[in-house]
Amino acid sequence: MDLKDKLISSFMAFESNVDIEHPVHDVRTEAMKNFEMKGFPSKKEEAWKYTSLKNLQKVDFSIFPKEENALEYKQVKKYFLHEVDTYKIVFIDGIYSSYLSETTHDGVDICLMSSALTKPMYKPVVDVYFNKVASKDESLTTLNTAFSREGAYIYIPKNKMPKKPVEIIHFATGNEASLMLQPRNLIIAEENSELQVIERHQSLTSNEVLTNSVTEIFAADSAIVDYYKIQNDSENASLIDNTYIDQKGKSNVSVHTFSFGGKLIRNNLNFYQNGEHIESTMKGVTILGNKQHVDHHTLVHHIEPNCESHQDYKGIYGENATGVFNGKIIVDKIAQKTNAFQQNNNILVSDKATINTKPQLEIFADDVKCSHGCTIGQLDEDALFYLQSRGIPQKEARALLMYAFANNVLESVRIPEVKARINKLIAKKLGVSLGFDL
Amino acid sequence: MAYTEEELKKELETKEYEYGFYTDIESDTLPVGLNEEIIIAISKKKEEPDWMTAWRLEAFKHWKEMEEPDWANVHYKKPDFQAISYYSAPNKKPKYNSLDEVDPELLETFKKLGISVDEQKKLAGVAVDIVMDSVSVATTFKKTLAEKGIIFCSISEAIKEHPELVKKYIGTVVPQRDNFYAALNSAVFSDGSFCYIPKGVRCPMELSTYFRINQAGTGQFERTLVIADEGSYVSYLEGCTAPSRDENQLHAAVVELIALDDAEIKYSTVQNWFPGDKEGKGGVFNFVTKRGLCEKNAKISWTQVETGSAVTWKYPSCVLKGDNSIGEFYSIAVTNNFQQADTGTKMVHLGKNTRSTIISKGISAGKSQNSYRGLVQVNSRAENARNFSQCDSLLMGNECGAHTFPYIEAKNKSAQIEHEATTSKIGEDQIFYCNQRGIDTEKAIALIVNGFSKEVLNKLPMEFAVEAQKLLEISLEGSVG
Repeated sequence: MDLKDKLISSFMAFESNVDIEHPVHDVRTEAMKNFEMKGFPSKKEEAWKYTSLKNLQKVDFSIFPKEENALEYKQVKKYFLHEVDTYKIVFIDGIYSSYLSETTHDGVDICLMSSALTKPMYKPVVDVYFNKVASKDESLTTLNTAFSREGAYIYIPKNKMPKKPVEIIHFATGNEASLMLQPRNLIIAEENSELQVIERHQSLTSNEVLTNSVTEIFAADSAIVDYYKIQNDSENASLIDNTYIDQKGKSNVSVHTFSFGGKLIRNNLNFYQNGEHIESTMKGVTILGNKQHVDHHTLVHHIEPNCESHQDYKGIYGENATGVFNGKIIVDKIAQKTNAFQQNNNILVSDKATINTKPQLEIFADDVKCSHGCTIGQLDEDALFYLQSRGIPQKEARALLMYAFANNVLESVRIPEVKARINKLIAKKLGVSLGFDL
Repeated sequence: MAYTEEELKKELETKEYEYGFYTDIESDTLPVGLNEEIIIAISKKKEEPDWMTAWRLEAFKHWKEMEEPDWANVHYKKPDFQAISYYSAPNKKPKYNSLDEVDPELLETFKKLGISVDEQKKLAGVAVDIVMDSVSVATTFKKTLAEKGIIFCSISEAIKEHPELVKKYIGTVVPQRDNFYAALNSAVFSDGSFCYIPKGVRCPMELSTYFRINQAGTGQFERTLVIADEGSYVSYLEGCTAPSRDENQLHAAVVELIALDDAEIKYSTVQNWFPGDKEGKGGVFNFVTKRGLCEKNAKISWTQVETGSAVTWKYPSCVLKGDNSIGEFYSIAVTNNFQQADTGTKMVHLGKNTRSTIISKGISAGKSQNSYRGLVQVNSRAENARNFSQCDSLLMGNECGAHTFPYIEAKNKSAQIEHEATTSKIGEDQIFYCNQRGIDTEKAIALIVNGFSKEVLNKLPMEFAVEAQKLLEISLEGSVG
């Protein structure tokens, strides 16, 4: 039985475990219909030209984990941002772990999607926001919508800011030979509020894991949302991340994506600017080796005038790694005075690594400043020689140059502990100790 | 008997009928529709050898299995391929008896471009005197070329006279099954040009279809094959700056360039087919496949100025097969009113130390849509490949669109690829500056547009460049709002 059939039949089993009278369930059934019709995307589709899901579909994933698994904090401490105090929403094999988590209802709601979807007190919010910005058409997003039950739910009311950043972590314990997870997150930042989120998916064994995640973020007028995605998973973990962001006037949302590991990572990052004077930032550092594959798909839709968007993606690809970048900027006819910038720089360090990039502009307004740049190149031999002539060994010299290459992206990280963590990960990934705290 | 605007409009509106209900069957026009018999008939009429007929039939076989592509960023009503007559004799009756009958708007344009009266007549389809200067000019040119061993003739002539060359090279760069329109062209191509430059010869003049006046009217399925043998050089011009009111709605041409070791081909195009009227009615569909193959140290340079056609779908490409080969693409695409253009290039780097440059300038005005679509591909064995791409778009008015779809695929670590794109409009301060110095807005725009396109215009052969510059001005006339 292929994965699609399995998912379709699992949906019936899923229905027996959720409240099918709840209005959310109509959304689910509708979404399931769409997935049944479309199935998994194939390479024939333009958006999936460079990323194949064929092999993943052959794996016999368990859709629902059979038993709960507990983890000790000691075992997984290193995956947390332990240098700083945070709220934590932790899932183990897709199931919420209250033991490892720290949620709050003190002025802000940082809790669970499962309670938001079932408890009447959240209903007014869920009715307004749930599945409102996520695509009702894209097959994998609708697949997630169909199975949406658990994930993080964050609601920040007007003029509020949580005391500390929020960490969302998904652990896969390898209890099952192969596991498919479908977390669903809903994040709402009301007018003039502020929020910082760090998201991480971590597999603890070499068993196969496939995560198909959907996150909806709503930033109301003047809200500020900072979102950091750390993707440093094991060799057999695949991630399809679909993030949809709806921004209102004067809001500022930035998403940083750090992709250092995983078998296959696909990031679909979609920004919709529904207001004026909005700022959207998308940045990413990708450092890959082995046979890893990362595909960054970004979309910024400038719907209203006077908005800005910035994109900056850097990639370093070694061994047999493949990188894809597809950035799309759409500027509507009325979105005059838009400033949209897109930059994608890549370094290939191995002969077998591949990079495919497609920075794309679709512009219908005339009074705009839009530019995109894209480069593929190597480390500067002269710079390397300079460093070596000053006694820095080749390996370290190369690492230093690569670090410098990725540095612009790190500059805009606003949580110092996250920055330090990323620096360590980069140093580790490049296989050197840089001898100074970057 | 003045030809008024009203009448022209009427003619345009009723134009489509010409194809479906073409009753005046001359002996040299085949019935509408496309099937094997028609292809055999075309081949027979052209007195082609059997291998050519078989080649056409094979292409037709592939075409039948293919679907019309719809990935391009253009929207139009798909042509009905069974409602077209695929062969009509080139010598048609003149449309008009004297220049007075021709649309005065067209004549005005000719005047602006500075085209001689004889040429004007020729282009507008007016009957011309039998003895014409250019015919003798063409003959003189032919003599000079023959002395150097250069073959420059129509492709049907080449099939008869030089079958070994045609057989060896036709379809090697653009195979029959390459794409829908290339397959269609391979099956039914009516005529086209053939050019062969022998080893080590530098062609002394710009070769142009323009000079082959007595062989003009090659029809809607043109096929061009240019072969530059080792160490040779040729500069080839296609098209003409004058607006040609061609009655064919669908144009599916194929151009194949082959540059053998150390050879260089420079191919320049100016395309100014009927773009449809101001309401977007009528106009030519231009679906062209152009591709060049570079062997060792060879160079192919494409330069194009696209101002005409209602729908353009065109990607002149270079396959950089040999080591140290070079591919270049310089393009200006102007769209106004309801025109749509999806154009760009493909640079496929296969050999070592291959280099490519892409400079594309898109100007959209009115309600037009202008897209750049390009591919830069570096294969794993293409060491030290180098590419530089720049696509700039200029938007005039807020009802047009400019789009960029660059695909960049690198499989070699030593590749160096740069891509830059910008979209902007003509600054109010720039126009103000010109106005202040006594230059009216329309002229100021022309000035700025010319500056914007300079990098590409510079690559055109001299006389062509001057005409193209004027053409840009004319195409954008009335677009200032």
